[in-house]
Amino acid sequence: MKELRSLVAIFYLIPALVLVAGFPVSMAAQEHSTTSQETSHTMGEGTHADSTAAGHEGEMHGDTSHEAHACHFHGDVEETEYDATSTAFHHISDANVYSIGSFNFPLPCILYAKGHGWDVFSSGKFNFDFFGHGEGRSAYNGYVLDAGAVKRIQDASFPSGSVALEGFVHEHKMVDGENKEISYACYQGQHYLLESQSTADGGLFGGGITSFYDFSLTKNVVTMLLIAMLLAFAFFSIAKAYKTRDSMAPKGLQSFIEPIFLFIQDEVAKPFLGPKWEKFLPLLLSLFFFILGLNLFGQIPFLGGSNVTGNLGFTAVLALITFIVVTINGNKHYWSHIVWMPGVPAIIKILILTPVEILGMFIKPFTLMLRLFANITAGHIVVMAFVGLIFMFGKLGESLAGGVVGAVVSIPLTIFIMAIELLVAFIQAYVFTLLTASYIGAATEEHHHAEKH
Amino acid sequence: MTGSIAAIGMGLAAIGAGIGVGSIGGKAMEAIARQPEALGDIRANMILTAALVEGAALIAIIMAFLVK
Repeated sequence: MKELRSLVAIFYLIPALVLVAGFPVSMAAQEHSTTSQETSHTMGEGTHADSTAAGHEGEMHGDTSHEAHACHFHGDVEETEYDATSTAFHHISDANVYSIGSFNFPLPCILYAKGHGWDVFSSGKFNFDFFGHGEGRSAYNGYVLDAGAVKRIQDASFPSGSVALEGFVHEHKMVDGENKEISYACYQGQHYLLESQSTADGGLFGGGITSFYDFSLTKNVVTMLLIAMLLAFAFFSIAKAYKTRDSMAPKGLQSFIEPIFLFIQDEVAKPFLGPKWEKFLPLLLSLFFFILGLNLFGQIPFLGGSNVTGNLGFTAVLALITFIVVTINGNKHYWSHIVWMPGVPAIIKILILTPVEILGMFIKPFTLMLRLFANITAGHIVVMAFVGLIFMFGKLGESLAGGVVGAVVSIPLTIFIMAIELLVAFIQAYVFTLLTASYIGAATEEHHHAEKH
Repeated sequence: MTGSIAAIGMGLAAIGAGIGVGSIGGKAMEAIARQPEALGDIRANMILTAALVEGAALIAIIMAFLVK
């Protein structure tokens, strides 16, 4: 019956996880401090000449040099070559649209800018294309949808309300030795500078700091809520089954979850956490089932293909939870081993041991974050690369025979990789839970255990 | 010659992870041959250790993507 109680405790943790994880994924923007974007420039045609040289820096899109200065929508341009890299990155990134097959469901955009106030509207206002996650053909209240992200036009002269755009311009420039993409929206022949996307990974991948906050319910957030609700439903019904079917054999979903539950309890919690395992079992189980559910949901083809556990912001929050739990529960013995290791000469402690141990405190959750992110993202990219073989061989529909050869090569490889990814989904959820348990165990173990090492 | 040196780093990381996973798998096979009754435990630990080693290679791959 004690197991039952910790099973019920999962429900308190899952919504908490969703709430904590959901916000940084879609927000994490700061007040922007750089002066370079403070004055929003309206870029005239004249300044284009000196940026032509910079346009060639963009090696990722080999054809930017002649395309860079024409206003257009990506959907209007006939593609001549299949761009595997950008397709893969498009598929692993977050979006403001939920696509199931070829149906696009607009999601709510919740935006806040200082001095401008709140804006709450459907992403359908952006008037996106059939494969709509990329671009919106309209601006709404100064916000545009470009390259799968909501961006803001800072220029006050830009009209608010729904405005039809003429296209987007992307340029590659060298800023502080880094190759950065700068985007402009075209409206009535003028180019309006766009601020970058306002998300956690937008900043990490070179997006920078913006003047607006993006609290939108993106594809990832919706998937998280969906999985949390599914898990809540499943676990409530299982918990009820334990009450009504007491001392009977498990049935249905119950018999699927029970071995996994017992596995986490007996193989992860008990050996690593010692006598305190009961206190941390709800945390471990909610981490495990939440990660597992999201991993598996992301593997389903055509159903959004959401990549939540492959989002650095999401895994960062999970790792942060681990870090906080370890730091709060760390006992005197744990801290003394970090700050002042007993039995080691003082000079070595000051010079090497203490700095290394303090760094280790942060490196542990950092690797936790990267491991989950890297495994899931790599899986999605490999699947996209193999599917992309069809388009590469078929030259985007030019050659039917090539497409058939590509499909013959690609389908078995894709099935093989997806089978492996199914395994990876379980293993990574298990590894994350296990490492969390071992970090908590190391922080809470009593003194006499530690003298063995 | 196009591309970046990040691709070489990615390959080097793959070599390292390959050696690591190979040695884990080999040792696990030896252990299973020696004690077939411990198959379950050995297999679980083997998968876990292999996942940890593989994580290093995947981090290198992501870094190679980002640095590019």
